[in-house]
Amino acid sequence: MSVLPLVALVGNPNAGKSALFNALTGARQKLGNYPGVTVERKAGRLALADGRPVELVDLPGTYSLNAASPDEQVTRDVVMGRQAGERRPDALVIVVDASNLDNHLRFALELIALGLPTIVALNMVDLATRDGLELDAAVLARELGVPVIATVAVRKRGLDHLREELGGLLDSAAPEAKTLPPERDFDAVRGEARRIARAAVVRETPSRRLTAAVDRVALHPVFGLLLLLGLLFVMFQAVYAWSEAPIAMIEGLAEAAATAARDALPDGMLRSFLVDGVINGVGSVVVFLPQILILFFFILMLEATGYMVRAAFLMDGIMAKVGLSGRAFIPLLSSFACAIPGIMATRTIADPKDRLTTILIAPLMTCSARLPVYAVIIGAFIPARDVLPGVGLQGFVLFCLYVAGIIGAMLVALILRMTVTKGASGGFLMEMPKYQWPRPQDILLGLWQRAVIFLKRAGTIIFTSTVILWVLLSYPKPPEGSAVSQVDYSIAGRIAGGLNVILEPIGFNRDISLALIPAMAAREVAVSALATVYSIDAGDDEALLERSLGDRLKDQWPLPTALAFLAWFIFAPQCISTIAVTRRETNGWKWPMFMLGYLFVLAYVAAGLTFWTATALGLS
Amino acid sequence: MRLTELPLRQPAFVDLIDWSVLSPSEGQRLREFGLCEGASVEALHHGGLWGKGPIACKVGRMTIAMRRNHAAAVTVRTGPDAAP
Repeated sequence: MSVLPLVALVGNPNAGKSALFNALTGARQKLGNYPGVTVERKAGRLALADGRPVELVDLPGTYSLNAASPDEQVTRDVVMGRQAGERRPDALVIVVDASNLDNHLRFALELIALGLPTIVALNMVDLATRDGLELDAAVLARELGVPVIATVAVRKRGLDHLREELGGLLDSAAPEAKTLPPERDFDAVRGEARRIARAAVVRETPSRRLTAAVDRVALHPVFGLLLLLGLLFVMFQAVYAWSEAPIAMIEGLAEAAATAARDALPDGMLRSFLVDGVINGVGSVVVFLPQILILFFFILMLEATGYMVRAAFLMDGIMAKVGLSGRAFIPLLSSFACAIPGIMATRTIADPKDRLTTILIAPLMTCSARLPVYAVIIGAFIPARDVLPGVGLQGFVLFCLYVAGIIGAMLVALILRMTVTKGASGGFLMEMPKYQWPRPQDILLGLWQRAVIFLKRAGTIIFTSTVILWVLLSYPKPPEGSAVSQVDYSIAGRIAGGLNVILEPIGFNRDISLALIPAMAAREVAVSALATVYSIDAGDDEALLERSLGDRLKDQWPLPTALAFLAWFIFAPQCISTIAVTRRETNGWKWPMFMLGYLFVLAYVAAGLTFWTATALGLS
Repeated sequence: MRLTELPLRQPAFVDLIDWSVLSPSEGQRLREFGLCEGASVEALHHGGLWGKGPIACKVGRMTIAMRRNHAAAVTVRTGPDAAP
């Protein structure tokens, strides 16, 4: 197959670049990484007007070619043809926000000066019109010397025109591209950008701006914070309330599969492997897909609407008190979904000590992989009743667990900033984009990509660790007539027995010790591990096998143990993938090891305190 | 007057910026945001419960947020003759 022409989408942050990328490529996207750096490479296939395919790559948004962060360096190096693992694009599509031309044209002029075949997409013209701004694309094209096409990515407006123009551009002989941008005075380029922007304005009438009106409430010191807290509360309630029906469906499917396998296969190793290892193990994790998708839905919505930056603005005052920047709030909120994208998102924090502190506390934000663990324990031990009308006790406990993680993170940040990451606090400089209603397809696409990642994890890491655990639990077999149970006699049982010496004082039993080891691979494995342990423990006891994991836990664990287990997972040392990404982002083993150590100590102390307090209070 | 003292939603122009208060990268980011001598500016919101939080302001057609110590480095002019 011949190599497709490569076209790069490039522009300022908040120019609507990603929405344009989604609209042009649809669901045919490939996510990857640039070699050596943890910057995500997003590429997709675009069909030109005549049907020819082109590879389109979405470069990280940046304000100029003077890169400040690793993301911005990738953009600079790609357009200059210096990025390892990427060819120099055959053409650029520069995305500019129609209502912010002064600023975006400055960067566009820098890019045009590179001499690559270029088209400017004058994006979000509808929002400019909403703000009373009317622009002449033809004037802009004449002044810039490149084709300009008015687009509204979210309504697919102007896209056919863009495809057509791009085809013509790729056909014509390529002008000579420069490897280095011509040296030009920053102020001179800005002056020119402003002049061109003025020339392109046909009419400008001041009109009531939606964003300003919403911000009066959303950024209000009191109402804004209440709104943010309310949003977060609704988010965590929804994780429970909306997921009941789909979870029941998945559970039903897993049960049917287990029953079918039990009926179809003779008793033996294969049946035990399929039922105990595969179906019960992997099934107990897949069941949490609905809750994870609900959480991601909220995070994607907050990001796409432009609210996330407002949350950072509101939180900056509080974050500054513990020595962080409001900017840290965005990676920390993403860490609720998963610490890996969260830690990667810290790249937008310019100050190195701010950034390191944020990386170190990111695992304290309860990631979605811990949700299955919380959900199964809460489901088993916390009664499903309302504490207030419409506010369930289970959702409330979940909310408290998240809050405990946040408070823990703030305290840790405060201590770190006074000790290991001591230094002057960095600043807080951010652009606040206009509010925008996201295109449903963009949100659905984001959810789909998350679901695929989660199911792939379930199919690989979780499947593998469950299978290994099943083997370690099933062998060796105790001698006939022995009083020792299968689990105690197995290799895994003996390892857990050893580990239990350390964990027994904080109320953990052998089964928990067993589950914690594979949970290092991925935290939700703790649930599948428990499912496998109890499934093997039950042996052929039909009555026991019929019972859900939650019911069995309820029989076997005293309440203080369950609570201690929850407390452990607030701080639980992070999974191997998080350690790996921390190592990559901090360039060494020092900080990931530090992180592992301090989280283990915190988890141990928190679980211990919970267990001892609960026991002293006589909870059972 | 300083940008921190500018009443909310009163249009003004940047008179002078004390770049020495800002680190080189912060200075560059502000310039990329379009904040420079002569730019039009309007304070929109003061964050934080006791007015100690960041400030959101409109610079040209863009809204940006910055901390008070940085905003204090920006001197602004108001009134009919303020426009450069």
